[in-house]
Amino acid sequence: MMRIVLEPRPSPLPFMRIVAPIIALVLTVIVSSLLFLSLGLNPLSTLEIFFIEPLSTLNGVSEWLLKASPLILIGLGITIGIRANVWNIGAEGMFTVGAIAAGWLAITFGGGNHIWLLPAMILAGALGGMAWAAIPAFLKVKANANEILVTLMLNYVAALILSYLVNGPMQDPEGMNYPQTAAFDPSAMFPPLVEGMRINGSIVITVVAVILAWLFLDRSFVGFQMSVGGAAPAAARYAGFNQSRSIWVGLLVSGATAGLAGMMEAAGPLGQLTPVLSPGYGFTAIIVAFVGRLTPIGVVFGGLLLSLLYLGGEAVQMSLSLPASVTRTFQGTLLFFLLAADVLILYRIRIRRR
Amino acid sequence: MSAYRLELCGVTKRYPGIVANDGISLQVGPGEIHAVLGENGAGKSTLMKIIYGAVEADSGDVLWNGEKVKIANPAAARRLGIGMVYQHFSLFESVSVVENIAVAMSGRFDLPALSTRIVRLSERYGLPVDPNRLLHHLSVGERQRVEIIRCLLQNPKLLILDEPTSVLTPQAVRRLFEVLRTLAAEGCSILYISHKLDEIRELCDTATVLRSGRVVGTASPKLVSAAELARFMVGAELPDVHRDPVALTPHPRLEAIGLSARSDDPFGTDLSDLSLAVHGGEILGIAGVSGNGQGELLSLLSGERTASADMIQLDGQPVGDLPVADRRALGVAFVPEERLGRGAVPTISLADNGLLTAHADGLVKRGFIDRQRVAGFAKAIISQFGVKCTGPAALAHSLSGGNLQKFIVGREISLSPRVLIVSQPTWGVDVAASAFIRQALIDLSRSGAAVLVISEELEELFQISDRIAVIYQGRLSRATSRTATNVEEIGLLMAGVGPAFQTAA
Amino acid sequence: MIEHLLVPILSGTIVAATPLIYAAIGELVAERSGVVNLGVEGIMLIGTVTAFAVAFAGYPAFVAGLAAAGAGALASLVFAVLALSLATNQYAAGLALTILGSGLSAFIGHNFGSASLKTIAKIHVPILSDLPVIGPVLFAHDAMTYLALAITAAVWWFLYRTKAGLVVRIVGEAPQSAHAIGYPVIFIRYLTTMFGGSMAGLGGAYLALAYTPLWVENMTAGRGWIALALVVFAAWRPGRVLLGAWLFGGVTVLQLFAQGIGIKVPSELLSSLPYIATIIVLVAISRNPQTLRLNAPVSLGQSFRPQG
Repeated sequence: MMRIVLEPRPSPLPFMRIVAPIIALVLTVIVSSLLFLSLGLNPLSTLEIFFIEPLSTLNGVSEWLLKASPLILIGLGITIGIRANVWNIGAEGMFTVGAIAAGWLAITFGGGNHIWLLPAMILAGALGGMAWAAIPAFLKVKANANEILVTLMLNYVAALILSYLVNGPMQDPEGMNYPQTAAFDPSAMFPPLVEGMRINGSIVITVVAVILAWLFLDRSFVGFQMSVGGAAPAAARYAGFNQSRSIWVGLLVSGATAGLAGMMEAAGPLGQLTPVLSPGYGFTAIIVAFVGRLTPIGVVFGGLLLSLLYLGGEAVQMSLSLPASVTRTFQGTLLFFLLAADVLILYRIRIRRR
Repeated sequence: MSAYRLELCGVTKRYPGIVANDGISLQVGPGEIHAVLGENGAGKSTLMKIIYGAVEADSGDVLWNGEKVKIANPAAARRLGIGMVYQHFSLFESVSVVENIAVAMSGRFDLPALSTRIVRLSERYGLPVDPNRLLHHLSVGERQRVEIIRCLLQNPKLLILDEPTSVLTPQAVRRLFEVLRTLAAEGCSILYISHKLDEIRELCDTATVLRSGRVVGTASPKLVSAAELARFMVGAELPDVHRDPVALTPHPRLEAIGLSARSDDPFGTDLSDLSLAVHGGEILGIAGVSGNGQGELLSLLSGERTASADMIQLDGQPVGDLPVADRRALGVAFVPEERLGRGAVPTISLADNGLLTAHADGLVKRGFIDRQRVAGFAKAIISQFGVKCTGPAALAHSLSGGNLQKFIVGREISLSPRVLIVSQPTWGVDVAASAFIRQALIDLSRSGAAVLVISEELEELFQISDRIAVIYQGRLSRATSRTATNVEEIGLLMAGVGPAFQTAA
Repeated sequence: MIEHLLVPILSGTIVAATPLIYAAIGELVAERSGVVNLGVEGIMLIGTVTAFAVAFAGYPAFVAGLAAAGAGALASLVFAVLALSLATNQYAAGLALTILGSGLSAFIGHNFGSASLKTIAKIHVPILSDLPVIGPVLFAHDAMTYLALAITAAVWWFLYRTKAGLVVRIVGEAPQSAHAIGYPVIFIRYLTTMFGGSMAGLGGAYLALAYTPLWVENMTAGRGWIALALVVFAAWRPGRVLLGAWLFGGVTVLQLFAQGIGIKVPSELLSSLPYIATIIVLVAISRNPQTLRLNAPVSLGQSFRPQG
């Protein structure tokens, strides 16, 4: 009988950390080719439509960055959380609440052409996300309630609140009863970076956030304390690090980034609030964080990759009428393979006969 | 037909980077009590796991009653008639004694019938235990009885005991030896693994001595002196510690006054009215069988749990309500029992592990880490305390137990603490590192710090403490001077015998 | 009047609780052995789409149910390879399964448009079903509802009355010790994880075959997550899973009724009640750390690598 045995490496192989996502991507491409083949599609041309075509035009690149930006931003927050072993899977809800808070400002003060409106909306987006994240943080610190389940439940609640608002108090009075708000005034929107394309000034926020996150995780003592709490909670208690603070920071930062991302989506490509704001960015960003090896720089690459998967999904939907859910299938497969490939960092695979 | 019950020929087991067992051969006859002697890290436990089928050897043969056998797993070992009592018991806290035994038995799952057998056997060997009690209500000594009964119920022909006395009082050790002698007289072979020389000389017929994974020889322990055995085991003269005379500070530096607390853990021990005082210049040792409130006492002294302010005082200042960080800022340092995961983060570098508790020493500026100074701090500890490693960038879990412990003790001593609280300073550490650490603790105390050592090893406490107290069921006996007491007296206290533990009611 | 309201509410509670019972009792067994599978939601979705596809193709309901259970077991096998054999983080592996399950089910399900199925038959018990109130509340359900109760009872018996159940519990408490006395920890965890997967698959199947026999994307609507919360609420004890499931079933049905009657509260607020109730219940049970310490499997969520 043959046995596959995992043998611990004498020391971890750091370069595998970078290679693993590439292995995972290759395996995902192979599996998706098989899927295309089973649907009677030519895998090569389908892959081209999926991965190459979306980036073949300048506008395509604009869309790529536009989608990558919120994914990176949310991914940074989730990364900081997971480093502290705080699993925020409620970014979707925080995204929504951030967008609602900013949207409310946009609708209330949109007519006045105020210069302060957009900055205020940015602030409101971050605060909205933080407020929503404060609920699981409070419940975790005070009542030890599992943050995974609480944040997840709050996703549904946030979606229902949004649905209520765009069907009621915030509905566009002249919108023929469509469940949506009025379109935002230009003063409540990010200016486009390139005329005629959707990529806009909000990308600056993401760039700044990457730098701040890097400083925080790599250089700051609070970041170090959070990482210790995540890697060895007993060691953090022994050293006297404040674990409640780690939970608060982990959730509030990821709430702020998700809320900001929601605000950027509302004040950018959407330009209004609708019942569904995000195509699952909050969940996808978890994959972004893992692909990015839980490091801020890596998250940038993760965001770009996952953004491309979205675009590819849309492309095959349009030209081959495959369902958009093919994207989520690929996302799940990618994460699976990534986790599997990560084993190679600590172990080598040996095949033994017995 | 061989006259041996068990024979090992050239057993070898390699782990990445280390040869745990290197061509080991030994023979055990029927009814023989055979010691496997070696210091921590010599490869004793790996060898026993190979015999018990829990670890697979890379090469070499195991002969059982003269026949070559392949022991694939513990169940197969038990079928042959091999029983094992682990040092860290393989028992389960949340279920009853009889269930703990049932999981290791083959045959029908009939708890009432098994209970009857347990009671009968426990009476025969004088190992009293109630089969229906939940395990977590039992003391460590009682748990060991459960493990032994579990083995005996299978009528073993060979019983392996891995450091069985580390959880027992000296008196309980004697009772255990009686049981083992009875078993041997009935024809059961016994493999007795230990690093305690006196016990081996008292109990065993033969000793196989291991050093760095190799057999360095066999001896008849009753015919050689403890010192000779020790030299054999370590391969060098046993290092001794050097004690300067004590110069006490006028007032105690660390005091606990009437400390009472319910345990956080439903399986834990509550502390009641516990008082102690440690002066600068001395080491106070706290002896006790594990599970008598040591963990609770440590978490209260360190600040991981808080009490009312007056219950714990530092140089007369009430600190009982302060959290860990504040107590550390006042000059208290700690060495915990668990090295990996508590005293050090296994997956980060030694440098970062220095930062763990030494961040106040100028390693952090305006909230940002000064990497250079962090590396420098770790480097200083590594050279001062002789930590064998590849440098400050080495990950904590890549170090041997002794070297990591030296690093942790070194880190805490480098903080120049007023008070150092240490739990199990040399648990699982090799002889040379142990001596080094013990000397470092004595030197720290002689420089004016108050040192509190909690240990289960009486030998260690008698070597380094100036005064010794005993913790039993959450109460602490009065500390007596080391020279005014002896192992026998402390052992009785550890079993709860003595006026110190008579309840007032 | 009371009968008109009470009977459908109570009866509806039992129906709404059934998918939760399946998913939670399966996850309970997995967690008892130390495995947290956050993929329950994804497995339920896979179960739903499998059952729907099989029934849609004209096979009888029990075949659809079996297929869903099999698909659930298979899906959890993927998780198990990752989380058990490769010892990756259980949370991450579970999340991957949930994402994959939601994508895969939507991908397969898009063929169904919004097709509908015939619901499975209710069992008529002579005499009992005709009793007033009790009859329509307790004895007017389909076989899957009763099966859920039978499985719960069987799990209780298994865990507390058999040696195998005892072994599952000790593996969850101290895998290193269980390994030391010779139990194949990882293999046992494979079995419990796959049992959990097949039960989640059945819970998903119930949604397709009995609850809302109409294909809707992501039709589990968080029930897999609620099931995970239920296991905590139940303090890992089978009997309390029933209690919790009925509680949630009750909240779900009550809010539906309130919406139906036209109570002057926004329907979204009512719809969010089951989710808010989950949070409240979670907080209530988690507040006392001793409850968790006494009941939670000690090795929950930790990977196991045999030492040596």
